[in-house]
Amino acid sequence: MSFGEDTWEMCLFNVKDGFLEGVVRGYKQGLLTTADYNNLCQCETLEDIKLYLTGTDYGPFLANEPSPMHTTSLVDACTRKLVADWRYLRENAGEPLGRFLDYCTYGHMIDNVVLIVTGTLHERDVQELLEKCNPLGMFDAIASLAVAQNMRDLYRLVLVDTPLAPYFSDNLTSEDLDEMNIEVMRNTLYKVMRNTLYKAYLDDFATFVHRVGGTTGEVMGELLSFEADRRALNITLNSIGTELTRDDRRKLYANFGLLYPHGQAELAVAEDFDQIRAAMEKCPPYQTIFSRLGLGETQMLDKILYEEEVRQLINTYEQQFHYGVFYAYMRLREQEIRNIMWIAECVAQDQKSRVQDGIVFTF
Amino acid sequence: MKLLVLGTAAMLGLPSLLLLLYLLNVDLHYLFFLVRNISPYFWSALGISLCVGLSIIGAAWGIFITGASLVGAAIREPRITSKNLISIIFCEAVAIYGVIVAIILQTKVEAVKPNADGSYGLAAANAGYAILGAGSVTGWANLACGLSVGIVGSSAALSDAANSTLFVKILVVEIFASALGLFGVIIGIIMAGNANFTAQG
Repeated sequence: MSFGEDTWEMCLFNVKDGFLEGVVRGYKQGLLTTADYNNLCQCETLEDIKLYLTGTDYGPFLANEPSPMHTTSLVDACTRKLVADWRYLRENAGEPLGRFLDYCTYGHMIDNVVLIVTGTLHERDVQELLEKCNPLGMFDAIASLAVAQNMRDLYRLVLVDTPLAPYFSDNLTSEDLDEMNIEVMRNTLYKVMRNTLYKAYLDDFATFVHRVGGTTGEVMGELLSFEADRRALNITLNSIGTELTRDDRRKLYANFGLLYPHGQAELAVAEDFDQIRAAMEKCPPYQTIFSRLGLGETQMLDKILYEEEVRQLINTYEQQFHYGVFYAYMRLREQEIRNIMWIAECVAQDQKSRVQDGIVFTF
Repeated sequence: MKLLVLGTAAMLGLPSLLLLLYLLNVDLHYLFFLVRNISPYFWSALGISLCVGLSIIGAAWGIFITGASLVGAAIREPRITSKNLISIIFCEAVAIYGVIVAIILQTKVEAVKPNADGSYGLAAANAGYAILGAGSVTGWANLACGLSVGIVGSSAALSDAANSTLFVKILVVEIFASALGLFGVIIGIIMAGNANFTAQG
């Protein structure tokens, strides 16, 4: 069966998406290499960093930045590059690639909604919050999120028009909406809300890529499984010692991934890091990850997981005729921006000895 | 996908249906009568049109697959355009094979008088089927060849854009893909070699 599918995929993929695949592979060529990072690490000031980045794909976006540079303006300029690329892809995409690209940004949309809602609760200026939002996850009515007084308003006035609406309506019942006064969210509950939404989003995204099928389904299935498992791990790590019950925890795990369902069941009852580790190590791919982690080095876990993700993302470029390359480009560029931010922060705060620790090398 | 299933079902289904009818003693003679009485000129025309038509579909499809990737990849690396035109030329060659074989086949077609009952002689029937066979062999071989060259050409464009040392290596693969169409051409020409409408007998 897969013979016929793959043949048709090779013959028909380029009809709609061949051009953009070529474009996005071109963008990927512009990502910084290890040599670039080594040069960046030698920089003494933010101006040096800016000067070096002007010679890369970021050039046109940094050219008009006024001196003196700040870390935030540097990162903003780099983000503008990603956003410009992404807009170009989105505007030229046919279906179902267009929907796929939209799906990639729903995660940012959820982050933005949570950021605005929690920010308003802490009585922060809306304009200031909007500037902090990720531009990839912007939607028209986002500013009016701030005026909503309770969850029901929030849903009816704003979110119902966004693609996030089903994630709200399916997971938060009408009683939830009534009861979940926005004041309640002041506690850690908003994290639960964020994770509930993210779980619904991941499940939905996984269903979508499965429906697209073929190589896209295969490649994206792997990437999303890793994402789901990483979230499950992080949720478990962060919920140790909180009042989140096992059932609540279980509800926040996505319904797929390598850990689904037995690994998740073990994670749900895990009480400390060693139990989490035992649960994860039953899954061979994670065993190798955890074996790189010495005993008691929980801080290193994030970086190791980022490195593993980057490795998987680069692997997507080994295959042709699938959508995974678009997702991978976005994630790799975001990782690169995180790296630049780390380098810039280290330089700005005179912590150059630590600069190598935070970089996740891509190539 | 559905097409593939339907095609397989039809290919397996038709012979078994005929066998069933034969076993049930249904008179199938009229079927052979029908096939025998189709003019050899129809078969030769069908062969020639399949030859040129399928070859050109293969070439066009291949050029399209390569072209889409080539244009996309050339945005960042304009240097690849002239080099990768060779992939387009390989696809185009497939169409030329089809046209050449079609011209050769076409020269075989000559007018002969039918018998008194409207049927044609052995030589004419032989020539008609030979041209049909030669045309289909060339056509289908070139369709597969065009798709193959197109897909490899698309990868060639993308990999050349990523790393220019890969171009020559992937070009070798592409040349082998391009040779597939020639097999069809050779067999087609050999098959048509015997075709002679005006032969005695």
